[in-house]
Amino acid sequence: MLGKLSWAAIPFDQPIPMIASLLVMLTISAILLLFTWKGWWPYLWSEWITSVDHKRIGVMYILLALVMLVRGFTDAIMMRSQLALAAGGAQGYLPPEHYNQIFSAHGTIMIFFVAMTFMVGLMNFVVPLQLGIRDVAFPVLNSVSFWLTAAGVLLVNMSLVIGEFARTGWLVYPPLSELAYSPGVGVDYYLWALQISGAGTLLSGINLTTTILKLRAPGMGYMRMPIFCWTALASNLLIVAAFPILTATFAMLLLDRYLGFHFFTNEAGGNAMMYINLIWAWGHPEVYILILPAFGVFSEVIATFSGKALFGYRSMVIATMAICVLSFMVWLHHFFTMGAGADINGFFGIMTMIIAVPTGVKVFNWLFTLYGGRLRFDAPVYWALGFMVTFVVGGMTGVLLAIPPADFVLHNSLFLVAHFHNVIIGGVLFGAFAGYTFWFPKAFGFKLDERIGKAIFWCWFIGFYLAFMPLYILGLMGATRRMQHYDVAGWQPLMLVALLGAIVILAGIVLTGVQLVVSIRTRDQRRDHTGDPWNGRTLEWSTPSPPPAWNFAVLPAVNGLDPYWEAKKSPKSHRQNGPDLETIAVPRNSPIGFVLAFFAVMAGFALIWHIWWMAIAGLIGALMTILAHAWRVSDEVEYVVASQRQRAAI
Amino acid sequence: MSDVAGSYWRSGVLDPQGPVGAAQNTILLNATTIMLAVVIPVIVLTLGFAWWFRHSNARARYIPDWSYSGRIELIVWSIPAMVVLFLGGIAWVGSHDLDPGKQIASSAAPVNVQVVSLDWKWLFIYPDLGVASVNSLVVPAGVPIRFQLTSATVMNSFFVPQLGSQIYTMEGMTTRLNLLADKPGRYPGLSAQFSGEGFSDMRFVVDAMPQQAFDQWAANTRAAGGNLDEASYAQLARPSSAVASSTFGQVEQNLFNDIVNSNNPAPGTSPTGHHSTPSISDGT
Repeated sequence: MLGKLSWAAIPFDQPIPMIASLLVMLTISAILLLFTWKGWWPYLWSEWITSVDHKRIGVMYILLALVMLVRGFTDAIMMRSQLALAAGGAQGYLPPEHYNQIFSAHGTIMIFFVAMTFMVGLMNFVVPLQLGIRDVAFPVLNSVSFWLTAAGVLLVNMSLVIGEFARTGWLVYPPLSELAYSPGVGVDYYLWALQISGAGTLLSGINLTTTILKLRAPGMGYMRMPIFCWTALASNLLIVAAFPILTATFAMLLLDRYLGFHFFTNEAGGNAMMYINLIWAWGHPEVYILILPAFGVFSEVIATFSGKALFGYRSMVIATMAICVLSFMVWLHHFFTMGAGADINGFFGIMTMIIAVPTGVKVFNWLFTLYGGRLRFDAPVYWALGFMVTFVVGGMTGVLLAIPPADFVLHNSLFLVAHFHNVIIGGVLFGAFAGYTFWFPKAFGFKLDERIGKAIFWCWFIGFYLAFMPLYILGLMGATRRMQHYDVAGWQPLMLVALLGAIVILAGIVLTGVQLVVSIRTRDQRRDHTGDPWNGRTLEWSTPSPPPAWNFAVLPAVNGLDPYWEAKKSPKSHRQNGPDLETIAVPRNSPIGFVLAFFAVMAGFALIWHIWWMAIAGLIGALMTILAHAWRVSDEVEYVVASQRQRAAI
Repeated sequence: MSDVAGSYWRSGVLDPQGPVGAAQNTILLNATTIMLAVVIPVIVLTLGFAWWFRHSNARARYIPDWSYSGRIELIVWSIPAMVVLFLGGIAWVGSHDLDPGKQIASSAAPVNVQVVSLDWKWLFIYPDLGVASVNSLVVPAGVPIRFQLTSATVMNSFFVPQLGSQIYTMEGMTTRLNLLADKPGRYPGLSAQFSGEGFSDMRFVVDAMPQQAFDQWAANTRAAGGNLDEASYAQLARPSSAVASSTFGQVEQNLFNDIVNSNNPAPGTSPTGHHSTPSISDGT
C-alpha cells in the first residue's frame, strides 16, 4: 500500500536531522497558526498564491531563495565545523553517511534553489518593467513555473524528515548514483525534485525569452534594451537550450534506477562517462545562466550610482552574447582528468580561456563606467565594488584550472571548491544582493536600511575571504573535496579559519533578517514617494513604487537607450502625455500553478517511495488540472480603466 | 609531508618530488604571475576610480554622457585577448608535454604498475614482478612508473599530489598515467573522486626507495607469500574501509585484464547491498 515507505524512513535514531526537522515543522506550524489566527489566508490566496502578476511572482521567488539560503547555509556551517574538528584521526560529529548527504544537499540547494531561484526572481520582477510592458508573455505559465520550483523545494526538504537525501555529491555521478551503489531513496528524492523544478525553470525560460523577443515597449529596438534585459535574454536562451539536456539526462538515470535500463551502469554496456558529458553539457551553461543576470545587475548599479551611461554598451552586448554561445563549448574542462588525450584537453582548455576575453571586457567596461562618474556609495555599490575586486580573483583561478596540466593537480581539490565559491559568492550572490537592495524600494515602496545593508555586505565580503582563502591553500597542499575527515593535523588551523569565515557569513545572514524587520517597522520614514529613489536610468523607475498591477497605464514610447534618464533631462517630452483613459487588460488570477504543484509533489513523493497508486493519482490529477485550465470558460483577463490621475494617486 | 615549520606552506602540490609535478608547479606559478599582472592593476584601478570619482569629490571630472571610446574599446578587447593567447599556448603545449599517457624519457626501464580502485582501498599489481600490494605503492626512485588504471567499483581518481597528475579510474576501462619520483621518500596518495562511505580513508602511501631496496622489497614480498587469485580477490573486493596495507607474493596471470573485461559487478558485492552492508575492516 505504501511502497517502500514505513516508520523506518523517519530517522528517530539520529538526533541532528530529528531536531532540525522538528524545528522546521514547529516554525511552519507557527506560521500557519499565525496566518489562521490573523485571518490572512484569503489575502494570501488571492493576492499571492494565485497571483499571476510578474512582480508578485518575482517577490515570491526571491523569498523562496532567501529561505533556502538559510537551509543551504545550515548545511555549510555543519560541514565547516565537522572539518574543523575531524583532523588527525578524529572523526568529528558527523558520520560519513550523514556528512555525505549534507554536502550533496548543500550543493543542490545552493545552485538550484538559491542562486537559480534568486536570479529567476530578479529577472521576473525587473524585465517587464525595464521593457516598459505590463507583464510577461504568458502570465499564468509564469505562476506554474514558480509553483513547480516550490514543489521541488518541498520535496528536497521532505527528505530531511522522511527517508534520506542523496549521498553522492550534487551532480549524482553514476555509477555511484545507480541502484547497485545507492539503493536508498536519496537519489530518487534528488532526481524527482529536480525533474519537477527543472520543468518549471524551462517554462520560465521560454516565457522570459518570448517576453524579451516579442513584447518590448514601442520604439525599444534590441540596441535600446537595458543591459540587464540583454543579460536576461542570454541567460534565458541558455535555459531553453540547456535544461532539456538536464531533463533527458535525469530521465535516463531514472530509467536505470526504476526500470532496469543500463544507460550509465557498470554492467551490460552502460557508460558512466556519457552521463558526465551530458550533465556538464547542461552544467557549464548553468553557471552562465546564473552569472549573466548578475553581470546585468552590476551594469545597472554601476551606471546608475555613477550617474553616467554604461561605458561600451555595444561591447557589453557583444560580450554577453559571446559568453552565451561559448558557454556550450567548454563542458569538457570539468573532467580533463578522464584521460581524453592531449588534443581534446588542449582544445577545451583554450575554449575555456576564450570565455575569459568577453568577461574581461565586461570588467574593463565597468571600470570605465566608474571613470568620469559621480559615484554615490549606497549599499548596492558596495556589492558591485566587492564583486569587481573578488570576481577577478575567481576568474584568475578559473583560468588556472582551465590549463589542463594545472587542472591535473587541482581537480576536485579544495582549490576547486574555493574557485567556484569565489565566482558564485563573489559573482552571483553579490549580484543577487545588489539587485535585492537596488530594486527593493521599487517592489515595496520603501528603502531597506542602509547601515544594516552595508554591514551585511561587510559580513559576506570578509566572511568569504576568511572562509575560502584557506581552502585555496589547503587545495594546493593536497586536500581534496568531500572528505569527512583527514589525517594531516597541520591542516586544522586553516580549517578553523574557514569555520570562522562561515560564522562571519552567518552574521550577515542573520542581519538580512534583521534588516527586513527593521526596515518594515520603520517603513514610514523610508518611503519612496517619487518612484525613483536612486535617480535611475531605465523605465522601471518611471513607475510609482510599488508599480500598479498593470505597470504602465500608458506604454512608454522609447527613442533611445536609458529612456527615463533622457526623459528626466528634457521635461518637454515627459512620459505623461498620451490619452487620459485607456483600457488595460490585466490577467485574472489563476490557482492552476498551485494545484499543479500540489499534484506534482504528490506524484513525485509517490514515485520516490514506489507508491504506485498515488503516483497515478497525482499524474491524473495534474493532467485533469491542465485540461480544466485548457477548457476554462471564464475570461482570462479583467478590464480595468485607469486614468493618469488614478495612476498618479497610487 | 614535512612537519618542519618553514616548509608548512610548501607541501602537497607546492612541494613536487618528480618531473611531472615540478613542471605543473612551474605552469601554476607562471600562469598566476602573468594573470596577476592584469588582475592587480584592475583591483587597484577599481578602488582608485571608485574613490576618486566619488560623489563628494568636486575636483573629479564629471562626464555623464561619456560612454564610448574606440581606442579604449580596442584596448579592453586586446588585453584579455593577449593574455589568453599567451596562456592558451601554455595550455596547448602543456597538455601535450604533460599528457598523462605520455611516457617519461629516462635511461632506466619503466616499472609497470596496474592500479585497481576497490571499495574503499587501492590494489597495486606489479605484472612484471608477479607481486601485488594494497594501499601501499612501493616504487624505485628515479625510475619512470607506467600505470594502467581501472576500477572494480564506482569512479575514483588516483592522485599523489607531490608527484603530479591525477587520473580517473573507471570500471570496464583502462586509463594511463606516467609518473616518476626523483628521490626516495614517502608521499601520500589518495582518491580525489568521491566514491561513497569509505572515501575519506581511501588513502595510500607511495614509498619511493633506491633500486636495490626496491628489488629487495620485491623479493621479500614474493617470499612472504599470499596468493592473489580469484578467491582472494573476491574477498578483497568486498567493501571495507580504513584498510591497513598488505602484500601478495603471487598474482594470478591476467588478473588486471580480467577485472577490466568483466562485465559484472565485482564479485562479493551484491547488486543491492553495497552501502547497506556495514563497513568491515578486514585487516588484510
